[in-house]
Amino acid sequence: MITAESWGWRHAGRKAWAVRNLDLTIDPGERVLLLGASGSGKSTRLPALAGVLGSADEGESTGTMLVKGKHPTRQKGLVALVQQDPEAAVVLHRVGDDVAFGLENLQVPPDQIWPRVSESLEAVGLDVALNRPTSALSGGQKQRLALAGAIAMHAEVLLLDEPTANLDPEGIDEVRGAVGRLVADRRTTLIVVEHRVQVWADLVDRVVVLARDGGLLADGPPLEVFHRHRDALLEAGVWVPGAPLPVDGDGFVPRDHPTAPDSADFADPVARNHHERLLTTADLTIGRHAQHPVQRHLDLTIPAATSTVVTGPNGVGKSTLALTLAGLLEPLSGEVIAAPAIRPPAARRSLMRRVSPPHPITWRSRDLLTRIGTVFQQPEHQFVAATVADEIAVGLRALGTPTAEVTARTDELLEVLHLTRLARANPFTLSGGEKRRLSVGTVLATQPAVILLDEPTFGQDRNTWAELVRLVRASVDEGRAVVSVTHDQAYLSVLAQHRIALTGGPDRHDDEATTPGRAGAPR
Amino acid sequence: MTSAHVGLAPSQSPPTRLLDRLNPLTRVAIGLVMLVPLVITIDWLSAAIVLLGELLGVLLLGVKLPQLLRRLLPIFLVAPIGALSMALYGKPGGRVHLDWGVIVVSDQSLALAGAVLVRVFALALPAIALMGSLDPTDLADALAQILKLPARFVLGTLAGVRMVGLFVDDWRALGQARRARGLGDQGRLRRWASMAFGLLVQALRRGTSLATSMEARGFGGNQRTWARSSRLTGADAIAMLVTLLLAAGAVMAAIVFDTLWITG
Repeated sequence: MITAESWGWRHAGRKAWAVRNLDLTIDPGERVLLLGASGSGKSTRLPALAGVLGSADEGESTGTMLVKGKHPTRQKGLVALVQQDPEAAVVLHRVGDDVAFGLENLQVPPDQIWPRVSESLEAVGLDVALNRPTSALSGGQKQRLALAGAIAMHAEVLLLDEPTANLDPEGIDEVRGAVGRLVADRRTTLIVVEHRVQVWADLVDRVVVLARDGGLLADGPPLEVFHRHRDALLEAGVWVPGAPLPVDGDGFVPRDHPTAPDSADFADPVARNHHERLLTTADLTIGRHAQHPVQRHLDLTIPAATSTVVTGPNGVGKSTLALTLAGLLEPLSGEVIAAPAIRPPAARRSLMRRVSPPHPITWRSRDLLTRIGTVFQQPEHQFVAATVADEIAVGLRALGTPTAEVTARTDELLEVLHLTRLARANPFTLSGGEKRRLSVGTVLATQPAVILLDEPTFGQDRNTWAELVRLVRASVDEGRAVVSVTHDQAYLSVLAQHRIALTGGPDRHDDEATTPGRAGAPR
Repeated sequence: MTSAHVGLAPSQSPPTRLLDRLNPLTRVAIGLVMLVPLVITIDWLSAAIVLLGELLGVLLLGVKLPQLLRRLLPIFLVAPIGALSMALYGKPGGRVHLDWGVIVVSDQSLALAGAVLVRVFALALPAIALMGSLDPTDLADALAQILKLPARFVLGTLAGVRMVGLFVDDWRALGQARRARGLGDQGRLRRWASMAFGLLVQALRRGTSLATSMEARGFGGNQRTWARSSRLTGADAIAMLVTLLLAAGAVMAAIVFDTLWITG
């Protein structure tokens, strides 16, 4: 089905090869899980197979890569590609049109198109009207729409590039189930790239591991590969099923409710303890548009020296809550109140607005830097500088930090985040995992008392995941409040000291201290 | 998928109104043809005939009057301002009612004011009633299949239009991110300039990934079929004929009753 002979690919403008010296044969009907450390070029291979890389202005290739004996660009429609970002695959406004798009391009006669569209949507279990706007679909539904579009074209190879990375557990099940049904006939070839091996381990019958320096690290049946190459895989950052979490679950105990009154010395964060409430909300209603509040009547507390997690299904308002707590989004009603210890001095922000010290939304942008830091769901949104090092220094410079100190702090953080070798690179050219670490670094640089992280572990392999968890724990140990919006079960199992579970149903939510495995005694 | 959909080409809404049976191209064409009598004349009678005809037409096509009035609301605010300035500053002539130097209200300026008032409504009505609710997908179908515009251009534009909504979200996120990064205190102009650059970067990224998705689904050749055919029917012919008659009739009436003023 697919043969690669000493194949390699290099993105235009890059010195290093993303993939090289690859020899691989995949037979029809095989189900292959493709693994590798961050930066070993997994994601590059998939578009190449789908026949969409390959033009000379995007990069250059060496060796040969053939699908059914032909160059992939000559086999359009044979290979279906589902990418990480659910938004990326949607082309048209209506669900039916989007599925039909590929068929039209293959010049299928119109009278055959709609039956095939309906069959395909049924095959992926997407039971919505054909004229439903694609923008109204959830992430899991969009990924299944992408699959339907591919199957309608009678694709023989499914290429999935971390298709579940952006989804909540429900969405993951939907996509996993749809793919399982599609490959059940043993005629469809499946190639899936995913850090989270667990999702696919029992569906695939072959695991291929790419080595960082080119070539293959391992190739064989899942159990055998995971058993025989366990140590090498763990070292490469692969989430080997059954391996223990790379960080210790002990010594990080859940907290009880913070009860003591607000008091602490801001100058010395270490003096803070988890009885101090850095942020509280009073009858808070949130939403991005006044007409569409997503949560009402929230009475929450964000304790210092504690890792708080915000959980709940997609679309329930987790990111909106994070933005509101961060002083970036105006509450629709109610208040976000900062503890006296972290309030800025009252000052005039501009002609029209004054700073109201208890309310972060009124603070000056510079006031936020040392008080409340935010890592956005999409790291690209918060990049403002031309190099990785400058990106970290931006906040420090805005605070007027002396140059020598800026440099020292930046270097230190680059080291901790394993980004030193990329200090001169443009932030936008980093891999997904690197971007995520950089965005965390930009916030850590100014040492805010409260840190909000939106999906901090998205796209991380096992090694970089462990580093992020350690960074969060170190921040908590320093007395900071870290609030993470996350779906990541592993992350929850080691960092859910205090949990805010949002649901779509009843109106009122209160937070609770979680007690995984043991009674939540205060430390 | 419910079996009712099998084999059917779905459209945005079932064609319960006559309006929905008109091809999007016809709807655009009606709006353009109606411009002609309104632009070449500035008398009140031709405009009034056009407006009456239009109103009757869109009601016959199934547009609901309350809905129409609601969408015309901004025009109710704008049109009197235009009329008022005509009444006060229009070229004087005939009996003079008021003379305050620059401000001269005369028979002629009042007639002009009336003509402008009606004209603004006549201009706005087809745009709002016929083109306001145009579905971009249907229009794209028509442009590619009837006007034979290149599929690459039409579908590329259509897919791009879908991204505009995403840009609104991007812009908001960029503003929030700058505030979070300590750069939100800059002057608005400087901040917007740097956000605009950020938006451009986002747009390029999205555009690239959209192009990749389209290519992965076999887009690129000029030969393709269309799942839904866009055709001109008898309804379109009748609507166009009525439109042309109305436009011509309005100008004729102005000539017959000698109210015609030609612009210029």
